[in-house]
Amino acid sequence: MQLILEKRAQASRLMHFASPVLAIGLTVILGGLIFAAMGQPPLKALYLYFIDPLTNLWSIEEVLVKAAPLVLIGVGLSVTFRANVWNIGAEGQLTAGALLGSIIPIFFASWQSPLALLVMLILGMIGGALLAAIPAFLKVRFGVNEILTSLMLVYIAHLLLDWLVRGPWKDPHGYNFPKSVSFEGWQLIPTFGDGRVHLGLVIALLIALLLYWVMTRTIKGFEVRVIGAAPRAGAFAGFSQSRMVWFCFLLSGGLAGLAGIIEVAGTIGQLQPNISPSYGFTAIIVAFLGRLNPIGVIFAGLLLAVSYIGGEGVQIELGVSDKTAQVFQGMLLFFILMCDTLIHYRLRLLKGNGGAQ
Amino acid sequence: MSSSTLTEAAPSSKGSAQALLAVKSVSKKFGDFVANDAIDLSLEAGKIHALLGENGAGKSTLVKMIYGALQPTSGQIIWQGEALCIDNPAAARELGIGMVFQHFSLFEALTVTENISLALPPHLRTSDLEERIASLSQDYGLPLNPQALVVDLSVGERQRIEIVRCLLQEPRLLIMDEPTAVLTPQEAEALFATLNRLTTEGCAVLYISHRLEEVKQLCHDATILRHGKVVAQLDPQLETAATLAQHMVGTSVHEVSRQECEQSGEVALQLSNLKQMADTPFGVHLLDINLQVRSGEIMAIAGVAGNGQGELFSVLSGEVINDVAGAISIQGEACGQMGINARRQLHAAFVPEERNGHGAVADFSLTENILLSRHAVADGQQPLHKGWAGIDRAELASVNQSVAKKYDVRSASIDAEAGSLSGGNLQKFVVGRELERQPKVLVINQPTWGVDAGAAALIRQALIDLSRQGSAILVISQDLDEIFELADRIAVISRGHLSASHFASEMTREDIGLLMSKEETSHPVSSLSEGGA
Repeated sequence: MQLILEKRAQASRLMHFASPVLAIGLTVILGGLIFAAMGQPPLKALYLYFIDPLTNLWSIEEVLVKAAPLVLIGVGLSVTFRANVWNIGAEGQLTAGALLGSIIPIFFASWQSPLALLVMLILGMIGGALLAAIPAFLKVRFGVNEILTSLMLVYIAHLLLDWLVRGPWKDPHGYNFPKSVSFEGWQLIPTFGDGRVHLGLVIALLIALLLYWVMTRTIKGFEVRVIGAAPRAGAFAGFSQSRMVWFCFLLSGGLAGLAGIIEVAGTIGQLQPNISPSYGFTAIIVAFLGRLNPIGVIFAGLLLAVSYIGGEGVQIELGVSDKTAQVFQGMLLFFILMCDTLIHYRLRLLKGNGGAQ
Repeated sequence: MSSSTLTEAAPSSKGSAQALLAVKSVSKKFGDFVANDAIDLSLEAGKIHALLGENGAGKSTLVKMIYGALQPTSGQIIWQGEALCIDNPAAARELGIGMVFQHFSLFEALTVTENISLALPPHLRTSDLEERIASLSQDYGLPLNPQALVVDLSVGERQRIEIVRCLLQEPRLLIMDEPTAVLTPQEAEALFATLNRLTTEGCAVLYISHRLEEVKQLCHDATILRHGKVVAQLDPQLETAATLAQHMVGTSVHEVSRQECEQSGEVALQLSNLKQMADTPFGVHLLDINLQVRSGEIMAIAGVAGNGQGELFSVLSGEVINDVAGAISIQGEACGQMGINARRQLHAAFVPEERNGHGAVADFSLTENILLSRHAVADGQQPLHKGWAGIDRAELASVNQSVAKKYDVRSASIDAEAGSLSGGNLQKFVVGRELERQPKVLVINQPTWGVDAGAAALIRQALIDLSRQGSAILVISQDLDEIFELADRIAVISRGHLSASHFASEMTREDIGLLMSKEETSHPVSSLSEGGA
């Protein structure tokens, strides 16, 4: 008896959509086993992790708050990965966007108008795009692998943020805490009612819809898909690989930067050393789980947001480590990449080789 | 595992009446698709057995099962009277089955000896390997320098490496997959001599080809496959090429008709001292290429694979931009520095060699593949795309429909995925997509490579018809039959040099063969300085 992978004659459309579901299922099963191995009641832990966050209003709100940056970054990455361009540094671009956008509240705190907020958002996008331009340039000009350069810039951006909030941008009246001044008035993103959900969620959804339209209805989307599916066919169509690298990095970097400024001006309200629980990395999982389709990314973003809140939930209720969320996210990415094999291959059980004697 | 331990049971004692290898009602299914359906085949020592069939007829599947790369779904493979299961190619080699593939797997940066050594089982990797290679290649008329780097060798020489590698293991059965596809006529003759010598020594050869003339010349038996089934087993010497083709295709093949080109018109495509350095270490430099193609004529560029055809196509299409604007002109317009779409707007069209992944995207629908080469071209017709979002799906669908109708593109549905089409149908689509524009200049690389005979005839006729309507056509091809069927004039490309062109009526296969191998005899440095003639 032997289990083999056999290539399918044609890619399976069913598996294309079933693979994320299967991956989620396997994550839940393995997650339950891990909880059991830790001596926790697995069913209760899984309930706390996946269902409980959706049972009361405050945690639903919190899920939506976390989904906004995940969706925003995830849609940019979904387009980028579609074109076979690998921007792994969204976390750094998020930081860069937050930094550049914060110039307004930190240095021009008295400028109170909706325009100030708009300028902050635009600066956020520019900041993310500028940092993303570095790997794009290196890739196009020198052929440097963009995975490495974009990833390494994450740490540079983090250290820059750290230095700024502990040094020049520290709030002089902040009792020496490593924090900037608190943003005020029109330099904060408006929330819905008194809740925590802010306009960032709407922006994320609108951009996801816009990118869906771009990918399915426009020549630009066609270009992205052609270059990703068959680079030589892209050249035959007259599309430039280099321009595509630029487009993808500026787009995904800009959206990550936008997510960064929305996070500090919406959820946090000031700059501090930690502004993101690795949204930029988690968004990579979001993009793949959403099948690199902007609409799919919306749902995947919500699911991964639940994993953050669920992780906090089990930490509070059961006292397990707050790294649980990262373990679940890691398992999810692992399983989805594994299950994606089944799009092009099928599993087959081979009976023992009979005619050998 | 158990099969590979089979010991050789006194081979000489078996009479010639018993088949060396017999395939008994072997079937292979991939999912619902039956690639091989109850195949029977019997190979005898000392005979060359041809395996014929169109692309997709199931030849490769059958051969892979014999070579152990695939396992039959049902049926038996009998080697010297014993039914056994060949688990993998290593087991096949141990039995004495050698195979020379159509696409070689050689490391270009290593020497001949190193390449052969890598592929041999450990007990054959002896210190005198180099001498054995030298003497074996000498014996069998396969001249080969064991110390040469593979990158410096012609395709014919590379094939010799693969053959020598097989011979070192003293095969009882040698499988050759389309061996002459990459050879000049002279090299092919030399190969036939080697194969004949092998058979006199008692080796069996399974010879896969779709070149019927050479099968008639070389082979003792033939098995013809169609749609995964054996449709005929016969003696090729008693057949004509036409009757063999009829068995392969199932119907009689349409003859291509061509009137002589009476009066060729203006120069529509001109190359003047075109130089293009290869951008990869193993690419071919194009050196001082001069060529004129006139309206109304078909110019063919013959040559053995890997002599700069791909590079020439890229620089002509504009996928690679040349440094000199005037090196290429289309319809009198200097366009060496234009991109592919700007050249299309000068009423030029291009068909690359590779259908999947270059001329078409396999996972895209046919209408989206129409957009691939047509999105930026107006051509006097409705442009298929305007502005950012102006993809006109209805117009695309109607173009697709007319291409399908005019060029007989058969697919499961009118807007099927390109990858689901057979090679011949996809090629008809890719060619038809360009011809439907009625281009004034057409550059086409390997128009009927790996395409069934019916589709090939249709494509060739369409090219002739287009030229007789006043378009200039440049065909790059390795298939001499095709070239003589199509061309008004012929030039030959060899190691990045292009010969002067001659009228097809004044050229023979031997002339072309000499031009193909010209560079191998002359010193490369002197040819660099000699410049365009």
